[in-house]
Amino acid sequence: MSGLRDDTPMSQVVLHTDALDKSFTLHLQGGVRIPVLAGVGLDLQAGECVVLSGPSGVGKSTLMRSLYGNYRAEAGRILIRHHGAMVDLASADPRTILAIRHETLGYVSQFLRVVPRVPALDVVAEVLIGRGASQEAARQAATDLLLRLNIPRRLHGLPPATFSGGEQQRVNLARGFIGRHPVLLLDEPTASLDAENRSVVVAMINEAKRSGIAIIAICHDTDVRDAIADRLFPLMPLQDAA
Amino acid sequence: MKGYNFAYLDEQTKRMIRRALLKAVAIPGHQVPFGSREMPLPYGWGTGGIQVTASVLGAGDVLKVIDQGADDTTNAVSIRRFFARTAGVRTTTRTADATLIQTRHRIPEKTLRDDQIIVYQVPQPEPLFRLEPSRVETRRMHGLADYGLMHVKLYEDIARFGQISISYDYPVMVNRRHLMSPSPIPAFDNPKMHRMPALQLFGAGREKRIYAIPPWTEVRSLDFDDHPFRAINAARPCGLCGATDAYLDEVVTDDRGGRLFVCSDTDHCAERRAAGHVGEEGLKEAAE
Amino acid sequence: MTDDTLLSARGLSLSFGANDALVSVDVDLWPGEMLAVVGESGSGKTTLLNVLSGRLVPDAGAVWYRDPAGKLHDVHAMPAPELRTLHRSDWGFVHQDPKQNLRMNVTAGGNVGERLMAQGARHYGNIREQAIDWLHQVEIDANRVDDLPRTFSGGMLQRLQIARTLVTHPRLVFMDEPTGSLDVSVQARLLDLIRTLVTRLKIAAVLVTHDIGVARLLAHRIMVMQRGRVVETGLTDQVLDDPQHPYTQLLVSSVLQA
Repeated sequence: MSGLRDDTPMSQVVLHTDALDKSFTLHLQGGVRIPVLAGVGLDLQAGECVVLSGPSGVGKSTLMRSLYGNYRAEAGRILIRHHGAMVDLASADPRTILAIRHETLGYVSQFLRVVPRVPALDVVAEVLIGRGASQEAARQAATDLLLRLNIPRRLHGLPPATFSGGEQQRVNLARGFIGRHPVLLLDEPTASLDAENRSVVVAMINEAKRSGIAIIAICHDTDVRDAIADRLFPLMPLQDAA
Repeated sequence: MKGYNFAYLDEQTKRMIRRALLKAVAIPGHQVPFGSREMPLPYGWGTGGIQVTASVLGAGDVLKVIDQGADDTTNAVSIRRFFARTAGVRTTTRTADATLIQTRHRIPEKTLRDDQIIVYQVPQPEPLFRLEPSRVETRRMHGLADYGLMHVKLYEDIARFGQISISYDYPVMVNRRHLMSPSPIPAFDNPKMHRMPALQLFGAGREKRIYAIPPWTEVRSLDFDDHPFRAINAARPCGLCGATDAYLDEVVTDDRGGRLFVCSDTDHCAERRAAGHVGEEGLKEAAE
Repeated sequence: MTDDTLLSARGLSLSFGANDALVSVDVDLWPGEMLAVVGESGSGKTTLLNVLSGRLVPDAGAVWYRDPAGKLHDVHAMPAPELRTLHRSDWGFVHQDPKQNLRMNVTAGGNVGERLMAQGARHYGNIREQAIDWLHQVEIDANRVDDLPRTFSGGMLQRLQIARTLVTHPRLVFMDEPTGSLDVSVQARLLDLIRTLVTRLKIAAVLVTHDIGVARLLAHRIMVMQRGRVVETGLTDQVLDDPQHPYTQLLVSSVLQA
């Protein structure tokens, strides 16, 4: 099931933030407050790929996690087109956020969080089974995708805990892409990959774009960035707060 | 008998027991506590049954007392004589002639009438006794009709032995509400309790509980749909009277493995023989 | 209480003498949702679980449950037989120590089948078949159906307890440190089992645990308690990755990474 509705024109905004603020208050360090994002306004259209840019530590990952609801926005709105309507993820209740993540918003983090005992194939297939697909169909789709990412069959039945970093990341990518979420967040998608797998991922990203999926990515590899980005979204470091 | 009240117990005690009996009859199968008195025989010898009998016995009653179906065992004889002396009532060994029957561990073969009362001697009134040691808990289970545990026990029997292994004191559901111990009567006798025309009273002296089944009450032995209750009996006719549908005792006759199966209900057997029925043993004797 | 919550509580307070075990706690739980309640000893999380499940009466506040027909019930105003029936059918309770919820002198099959029999199941073959099916689902060899739990390992006992609890397809399960008494190597298997069953059967659950990793793995939402109060509540990964309250920050930063 494609996450994108057929009536979404390519130019339609699928994600919009305004006045997005995010800071961290470290109570264990005497309550020091570290502002990271201030007034971030971002628009994302269907079928485009926006790459967040800026120096290391400027808040690219923070922004991405805030968009996913993993970090709580301090102020501002994060509107996402969910089932045809714009929903503010920043103020949504947990169940709504989970529903949005289930169907509309996908996220591939930098590192795979390993669940003990679950084989790589099921880690990927779970996404489709959760949407109602049969186990057989889900596993078939997962197999195909893992093979495309050069994860050999003999690894499909093993839990990813013992995989190499690159292999784990490819499982992570498979899980992120298989759901065909209309909005996809990618944090360093090619970081631990060799040249061949990098080009597989680039191809997957471009395919996704062509099908109308909108992507926000963090990518330090300039070659990959050039191959996937429609535009850059620069983040500026904030002046230190008092 | 001089110096004793009619049927030994004082009237206040009888009144207390009758109140308990009324309550018991009103809630079929429910155990009612009562103030069990000191009786001239120890616990375990039928004090509960005797107290119930003493409380309902009237001068015009005809009393029969049986022990394992027999009128002539020591205990049956003692108890019958006890009431003969303290109440002066007529006694009998014939079920048909009795108005009140006190029994230990058997129900007479003859179907009882609606003008008769049967009093059972009960050692342990709590059907869940072996499964749940806490009395507080069993009372709660009875109160809430929470009897899953008993079915678990039956399940376990089938899992372990292929069949329900309870051969006496087989638990029953009375009036579809209370789980009850019928006293250690053989499972064979359970069906007789169902819709019995007579009033059934149960007395446990040591445990100080009384319960009852009013006439015509539904009494069902617990079972599973695919393992229905079966009344098991020895697959022989009675050696003396040839009866095929009576509960039989197995009697060892010699030290070479010889055995004889005879009716447990002595009155039933005697009646049949008087009517001309003869069993194998009887035929053998006649031939000699 | 909103229109669609399965279980709701407002203003729960309970003191044991001078000890305030619960202070004005609110809880909401939706169908199919797993809520983890975390905190250290003395946080009140187990007390909360017992109050929510009707086992402890609060000094103040109320707990409401919505039955399958959509009707609301005040859990503490329910007559005892009704609450008992609820516990045996629509609700389940998984104890930290599985022996508390198992009959050790009854076979595995009997243990699993008991709730069915308590509900009126009267066909031995069917009961046994369902018991075997459930043993299979909790990864206990079906050949053990006639074995006594005495012969089971700790992990197996816990899985047997789960089978016994889930056999009547409860919609709401209370879990009190379900992996608490197990060796670490055994925990993973059990957590995976719980995760799979809860997702597949769409069971709502309140899970009390001191182990944040367990909460992260299993729960949709998390509630952090400290000394009887709820200090933070929300989406599990959000509360654990971006903790707002000082105590939550302390809790999260204290977890040792393997």
